[in-house]
Amino acid sequence: MSAPRGVAMLGSLALIAVVIGAAAAAFAYTAGWLSPRRLTPDKFVAAFAPPTGPSLGHRRNHAKGICFTGVFEANGAGAELSRAQVFARGQYPVLGRFNLGTPDANAADATVRVRGLGISIATPDGQDWRSAMINPPFFPVATPQAFYALLRASGSRDPNAMPAFAAAHPEFAKFGEWAKNAPWTGSYAEERFNGINSFVFIDASGVERVVRWSLMPAAQPVPVAPDELANRGPDFLEQEIAQRVADAPQRWTMAVIVANAGDRTADPSKPWPADRRTIEVGTLIAQHVQAERDGPCRDINFDPTVLPSGMRTSDDPFPAARSAAYAKSYDLRTAEAKDYSRSATEVKP
Amino acid sequence: MMIARRIRFTVSQRLLHWLMAACLLAMLFIGVGMVSTVRPTYLTLVSIHRPLGIAILLLALIRLVLRLRYGAPALPADLPRPMKLAAWGSHYALYALMIAMPLIGWAMLSTAAYPIVLFGGWQLPAILPQSDGLHTLLWDAHFYLAFAFFALILLHVAAALFHALVRRDGVFESMASVLGSE
Repeated sequence: MSAPRGVAMLGSLALIAVVIGAAAAAFAYTAGWLSPRRLTPDKFVAAFAPPTGPSLGHRRNHAKGICFTGVFEANGAGAELSRAQVFARGQYPVLGRFNLGTPDANAADATVRVRGLGISIATPDGQDWRSAMINPPFFPVATPQAFYALLRASGSRDPNAMPAFAAAHPEFAKFGEWAKNAPWTGSYAEERFNGINSFVFIDASGVERVVRWSLMPAAQPVPVAPDELANRGPDFLEQEIAQRVADAPQRWTMAVIVANAGDRTADPSKPWPADRRTIEVGTLIAQHVQAERDGPCRDINFDPTVLPSGMRTSDDPFPAARSAAYAKSYDLRTAEAKDYSRSATEVKP
Repeated sequence: MMIARRIRFTVSQRLLHWLMAACLLAMLFIGVGMVSTVRPTYLTLVSIHRPLGIAILLLALIRLVLRLRYGAPALPADLPRPMKLAAWGSHYALYALMIAMPLIGWAMLSTAAYPIVLFGGWQLPAILPQSDGLHTLLWDAHFYLAFAFFALILLHVAAALFHALVRRDGVFESMASVLGSE
């Protein structure tokens, strides 16, 4: 091979290496490998883990829960807000889960401040509306990045971490007030569960409105002192709701709250004023309760971005972050099924 | 399968190749991008990833039919045997991945009981029952095969450029020009 040909070939090989290297670098950048500060679902989910590690086989947050099935009875009033079939007058099957806002699947019920409810409502058109709600009326912080910072600060051994976080996020004080002063109850059936995040409803003529929703209990809330709840046993909420639903179906009215023009729709730490238009669209009825271990809600991801057509996400950044993190949590826990065995698989031969 | 006298792929094959090249690269970048962010772009990327994957599945099936119907130009007779084997093997692998990856993704969503939404109210049925064990298997397959797929595409591009710039043996030209004669 002559020298000029050899040089040309080296040049060609170098060009090929540059093309392949650039493509690989672009891929690595997109994957976040060159951006250690990027907030990834993996990091977000890992930040929930207590010092003792996550509850393997369980959701990484809201880890303790119990399944229920029932129906959503739509009264037809929601049809003026959204063309989703779930608001057409009728009864639609519901799969749900009562849960506690803790990463510890074995937490004592009286130790957990935030209670939650997840639902999946199926309609005959094959669509599904999933929502995961909590009992505080607003979220502790304004953005997913702030929530990640809260998780890091609350898990930090640095005694200044939480004061520094609170100083940087003034909205957090309001949540502290709620946690301290809001009454505790002795039953999931007495809780009001709030969707917190805003979504967009689209009506039959294509008009869009930003909304939030809540489930208001039919049962009268009876305040119980936290000390007294602590005496009721570690699983009193699950035992109580199982017994209560066995005695009679439990109901919540679903209320949809419509934002006024100019309301802050992107920030779930800011509730809208109480005078906003509110439409009662139907009733959630819990009819049967099942233990989670073998229950139908166990392997359901109550991803709040699973929406029927007639609904979509808004400028609120949380549903996207929740969707990404819930999916990661789902992938982790379903791969750990052996750590949370179904009772049927525990039967010895 | 080989039709010795044809020096280029048919126009339909070349069109599909370059259309799918764009789709596959977009798909792989969207895939690694979406699983690394919690920003609202996550939802946008996921909502593209699903229908694009199904589009790739359909295009890949059409492409397979065209390949079986029209074959491929013969590789140069003087191509060393290991390179010929690598060419054949990598093309079998590329076809397998183009067809398998969308099916694995579809099956993975099925085993997790997610609705498989394409556009708006358009959904696909589940192709497997809900199962945590199957979901884990399919998730791992989808994840690791994606990186294998991208590596294979890089190898494919490197080989194409090697044919074009170093060997100059007509292999690159057999696919390169989209509308040139056969």
